[in-house]
Amino acid sequence: MAITPPSERIWWNEPVHKVEIIWIVIAFLWGITMFFMMIWWHGTGQQNLSNEAYRVQPFQYAEKVDAMIAAHTVRQEGAFPVVKPPPGSDVYLMARVYMWWPMLELEKGQSYRLHLSSIDLQHGFSLQPLNINMQVHPGYDMVVNITPTTSGEFGIVCNEYCGLGHHTMTGRIYVVDRT
Amino acid sequence: MNTKSGFRTCPTTGLKVHSAAENLIKANAVVAVVFLLIGGLFGLSVALTRWPAVHILPAEWFYLALTAHGLDVLLVWIIFFEMAILYFASAVLLNSRLAAPRWAWAQFVLMLSGALITNVAVLQGNSSVMFTSYVPLQASPWFYLGLILFAVGALIGCAVFFGTLVVAKDEKTYQGSVPLVTFGAITAAIIAVFTLASGAIILIPTYLWSLGLISNIDPLMYKLVWWGMGHSSQQINVSAHVAVWYAIGAMVLGAKPISEKVSRTAFLLYILFLQLASAHHLLVEPGVSSSWKIFNTSYAMYLAVLGSMIHGLTVPGSIEAAQRAKGFNKGMFEWLRKAPWGNPAFAGMFLSLVMFGFLGGISGVVMGTEQINLIMHNTLYVPGHFHATVVAGTTLAFMAITYLVIPLIFRRHVMFPTIARIQPYVFGLGVAGISLFMMGAGTLGVPRRHWDITFADALTSFEFSNAAFLMLALNGIFACMAALGGAMYILVTVSSVFFGRRIGDTEKVQLGPATGTQAAAAVASYGSAGTLKIPGTVTLVGVFFVSFVLYYFVNWKYLAELWPLK
Repeated sequence: MAITPPSERIWWNEPVHKVEIIWIVIAFLWGITMFFMMIWWHGTGQQNLSNEAYRVQPFQYAEKVDAMIAAHTVRQEGAFPVVKPPPGSDVYLMARVYMWWPMLELEKGQSYRLHLSSIDLQHGFSLQPLNINMQVHPGYDMVVNITPTTSGEFGIVCNEYCGLGHHTMTGRIYVVDRT
Repeated sequence: MNTKSGFRTCPTTGLKVHSAAENLIKANAVVAVVFLLIGGLFGLSVALTRWPAVHILPAEWFYLALTAHGLDVLLVWIIFFEMAILYFASAVLLNSRLAAPRWAWAQFVLMLSGALITNVAVLQGNSSVMFTSYVPLQASPWFYLGLILFAVGALIGCAVFFGTLVVAKDEKTYQGSVPLVTFGAITAAIIAVFTLASGAIILIPTYLWSLGLISNIDPLMYKLVWWGMGHSSQQINVSAHVAVWYAIGAMVLGAKPISEKVSRTAFLLYILFLQLASAHHLLVEPGVSSSWKIFNTSYAMYLAVLGSMIHGLTVPGSIEAAQRAKGFNKGMFEWLRKAPWGNPAFAGMFLSLVMFGFLGGISGVVMGTEQINLIMHNTLYVPGHFHATVVAGTTLAFMAITYLVIPLIFRRHVMFPTIARIQPYVFGLGVAGISLFMMGAGTLGVPRRHWDITFADALTSFEFSNAAFLMLALNGIFACMAALGGAMYILVTVSSVFFGRRIGDTEKVQLGPATGTQAAAAVASYGSAGTLKIPGTVTLVGVFFVSFVLYYFVNWKYLAELWPLK
């Protein structure tokens, strides 16, 4: 029994039954398949993270965000500036307690270098209803090349707990058709 | 029969039981159950707050309760129970005395003080930082200090366990190799040492930081090392509850491992590869490369998953073989139909096995795929997954073995047998619902650790679909059911331990349909010889494999529908 010492003293020499061997081989091959699937997707799939990231001081990041807002704001929505950066440019989104700053307006079918960083705590970038989720750290600037392929209004939710107002932390991205 | 040496001989199993080990098993198990009660109540309040129509707690209380829930059940209940398992699998199963009982009591006192200190810190309201306490979010210094004491206590417990193995070997209290269950416990203890060391490496500087002695803790480094504790501690649970599955199969049905070599190799794969899982929490993080993520998240080509898939065949396979040896040979599934489903130890164990594999295992591997993590990270899918592994898997397995620990170690009859009989089903179904509906809500994008997904107080609004709200309501209903199952467990165990009819020194207990020596004789003849027939298990494993493959590729398809990212 499993709660007593093995009945065969030399248990490591016992033959292994065919059923077990077949299952071990199948499970091993399945593991290899899943492993190479991730690598294959880096070559052929459309959804991969870039591996591009920089260390950044929170105040430096805030300066970049301010510069972008000063250059490309197209309108104001409540407290939020709505920024429409040129396609292909660096777009800086800032996480802070408790907002995603500023609002962005992107063009459908164009690519952008989206930067994500926080100036205080860790936050979770969660773009809804698409359900794209990325972690945002203070001190790290993560760059993702993003190409919106559907137009409309998208909500950004915070999905990393960041204090008692966590559930009020939201933002918005508009995707408009090319003009 | 208490002898002068402090041993008694168990009339049911024939094992020599050291009274110091027995007392420590009792103390650790009782404290574990108390914290299960506290943590379970916090959990219920969290689920009822998520249910939009009920929304019972205000925001500050919700985050406090969620922090306390994670600590009390994920850490305190489980590690205390694992200490009891370590002492059982070493001293009791090996007929040995417990090494250094005083140190073992130091383990108990340190862990209990640590748990109390951290709980008080959380209840004071200034440490609602969640179980993970990601920096730069800061809790009171007492929060970290309590955790450090708890970890040091657990480390001492592991040392006593290893010491007991040495004593048993030295004093030749058993013949040949250690039993498979003890081997599983050794796996758990080795992983525990790695885990607790990671905890110390990150929590001690964080404690100093909270006192103002260190100015900065890098948030990414914190996450990497913290999850060396946070995720690896779940691997202690896996090893421990797989050992418990084997133990219950043996004690209730006299099941013998199909192959000692295969089952032990599977445990060895855990020791070698499970600790890489910190990466599961860093898949959508800046600053770590894709190569690092792919190698680590897959436990080096899924070799630890291979270990679990092996146990997924060998645990039910050994039960099928034992049942067939007793004559339940008709068709493919007579062995399963005529299994002792009215025995809560067996029922809990089998439900734990099935739900851990189908719900927890598959969802974990899929979510841990580098790119697929993008559509699941930090959504409710994550707690959906780990409630299937830690609650349906570990907690249910621990509940199941309690029904054997009460007669064997506490030497009391189990009270309220009818309630005990249905308890695993009520709890199991409740947890299955919690897990499935949280995963469903997560697939729809609902964030975890979030008080209000209607965003009533937010600056800009976003509306989740009605389906998401329905999922949260169903989650609340099934949480009530799981809470009922938990209450039944606590009622049965606490009353039995304190008021159950005593079992005499020479009285034998019937643990299952066939136990003890006659069962061992009945199943001793099968093994790896060519006569082994387990067609029912092969079918079940086949169903599992097909579900796994389908669900895996369905999620790649979901991912492919996202906006292009590179």
